[in-house]
Amino acid sequence: MPTITYRDALNQALREEMQRDPTVFLMGEEVGVYQGAYKVSRGLLEEFGPQRIVDTPIAELGFAGVGVGAAMVGMRPIIEFMTWNFALLAIDQVINSAAKILYMSGGQVPVPIVFRGPGGAALQLGAQHSQAFDSWFAHVPGLKVVAPATPYDAKGLLKSAIRDDNPVVFLEGEMLYNLKGEVPEGEYTIPLGTADVKRAGTDVTVVCHSKTVAVALKAADQLARDHGIEADVVDLRSLRPLDVPTLRESLHRTNRCVVVEEGWPFCGIGAQVVDELQREAFDDLDAPILRVTQADVPMPYNKHLERAAKPTPEQVIAAVRRVAYLD
Amino acid sequence: MITKVVMEALSPTMEEGRIAQWLKKEGDAVKTGDVLAEVETDKAIMELPARGNGVLRKILVGDGQTTAVGNLVAVIAAAEEDISGVVGQSGQQGQSGQQGPAARAPTPPALTAPSALTAAVGREAEAGGRIKASPLARRMAGEKGVDLHRVEGTGPSGRIIKRDVDTALTALTALTAPPPEAEGWEDVALSQVRKAIARRLTQSLAPIPHFYLTAEIDMERAAEARDALNAAGDTKISFNDIVVKVVAMALRQHRACNAWWQGDAVRYFHDVHIGIAVAIDEGLITPVIHHADRKSLRAIATATRELAERARARKLAPEEYTGSTFSISNLGMFGIDEFTAVINPPEAGILAVGAITPTPVAHGGAVAVRRRMRVTMSCDHRIIDGATGAQFLQTVRRMLEQPLAIVW
Repeated sequence: MPTITYRDALNQALREEMQRDPTVFLMGEEVGVYQGAYKVSRGLLEEFGPQRIVDTPIAELGFAGVGVGAAMVGMRPIIEFMTWNFALLAIDQVINSAAKILYMSGGQVPVPIVFRGPGGAALQLGAQHSQAFDSWFAHVPGLKVVAPATPYDAKGLLKSAIRDDNPVVFLEGEMLYNLKGEVPEGEYTIPLGTADVKRAGTDVTVVCHSKTVAVALKAADQLARDHGIEADVVDLRSLRPLDVPTLRESLHRTNRCVVVEEGWPFCGIGAQVVDELQREAFDDLDAPILRVTQADVPMPYNKHLERAAKPTPEQVIAAVRRVAYLD
Repeated sequence: MITKVVMEALSPTMEEGRIAQWLKKEGDAVKTGDVLAEVETDKAIMELPARGNGVLRKILVGDGQTTAVGNLVAVIAAAEEDISGVVGQSGQQGQSGQQGPAARAPTPPALTAPSALTAAVGREAEAGGRIKASPLARRMAGEKGVDLHRVEGTGPSGRIIKRDVDTALTALTALTAPPPEAEGWEDVALSQVRKAIARRLTQSLAPIPHFYLTAEIDMERAAEARDALNAAGDTKISFNDIVVKVVAMALRQHRACNAWWQGDAVRYFHDVHIGIAVAIDEGLITPVIHHADRKSLRAIATATRELAERARARKLAPEEYTGSTFSISNLGMFGIDEFTAVINPPEAGILAVGAITPTPVAHGGAVAVRRRMRVTMSCDHRIIDGATGAQFLQTVRRMLEQPLAIVW
């Protein structure tokens, strides 16, 4: 099986879906001539031409709105935000238009659009460009929210997102684009709303998604090596809908849970996971569920402070030891 | 507004409190912070404050009475307010310390100890104490029948967690596992009788500081008396009947041994009711010969035989096997020379009677073979001291060796 980057996996998904369906087109800043700020759309302008690979001005609200309109009349637009930090300017179109129109038209007008781009922090981009808005979008009925952590998941989920008749918020990561992984040749999709056990274990469930999957897996290796704890690492992949059955099944085996996420703690994705599990799996819990998140502060620019503010394997290990009553 | 006045936990270890005295009486106006009553806890006399304003409408637990922490002791409300709903609810709560028949329950609540294998849920409600346990630990305990009261929690603040239940289960399994060389076995579920015996007797030996007094008694004259009586009458008198009569009469002289341990008091009885341990198929039961000291030997013999028969048929009424003030256990008919019996709480003592055996002894300056009987008295040292028990046994011996004493 070929090993490719997350970036190229997304590129393959875009190319295959555009080849398969002529209503699919890509629009955003620098997606055409420059081939994407992170080169996700490399070669696409050449293959599909400027009608389907559309460079836009720096006007997020405008091109997001054009995308919603196109979707309403039968196209399948993919709107690329250079980062989700910039998408705050377009959030009215995402939430007030894309997420509402099917409902407010009485089910007559679906909006099959994908908003995609990198979210969360990279390295030293400052407080305004280092934010994970995962829970913001997952909060909204009418949207689906997907956050793949691996090249394989990125390709399979993007293809499903493009084919889905609902607006999908697709969260990538600047630090993930170079991540390599095995991706099969040929057609496959991953259904939205399915979590994936990235590492099987029996002692604790570590819930994660996107960039924190790597954090959780690193912690899990160290837990197995140095602490004798086998972690069941569950990658949510989809934040909405949330795959509660997989979480419940894991917790039933492990009885303990730690939720890791890139965002802030208050009203975060982990808060939702905790809510679901305390209700759905109360009798399986041997300890309160703990969360590991970004520190509850704007992301510092200083390199050391930034590192200290992000969730780390060490924090995950400490939380796991606590829910396992080892400390 | 109705304010319930409950027995508060006025010390960290307090489980029940005794109202030493009410400082307010029914009808008094009270406001928050007023001292309503003085409460005697396990540590000291403490003040029970009002937690609301109004009129002290009803006192439910009077001076000198004891009730568990959390129980309703009084009601504060507006002068005309209907408090019947609140007062009515208090009917089920347990109290102790009163005089009279109500307090003569055969098993004082304080002695209800947990049995090893009961589900947690009901017990917790009984004890009124909250157990900290993880939801999983609770579920496991419920499924496996582990009593969480008997599990030590090793989590934060003593929380019982999965590993604690696992540990308890391992211990239980080890306890109940057959020895490795055993080739076959049969698990027979405990009957209610067996359970009651197990509960009562573990309540006895563990918390009661037992001590034992043994005496060997010459039974020659008692035997002669018995033979004479049996030759004369149509009611057959047994040695046991004579022992029952003698013990009952001796207890009348030694009131200190005719008593119940009541936790914070010792209850000395004016009447003597002798419990006689009777073997039944499923274990044993102790029918009671009431007023044995005042009954004739013939009446004791008749009553004993009749009670024993109905005991074996499981047809005893509760009042026929409760309320004894002292007990006798006789294994003489099984050829047991001497043994110790376990006190039947809350009684102060029990007499274990062995077989009457021809024994060579020094008698009148020569060795003679005499019929001798060994008795061992188990005493609750909280009630009976060594000398007290010894004096009682001395009287028993004197009466058995001079059986005419019975007719005095």
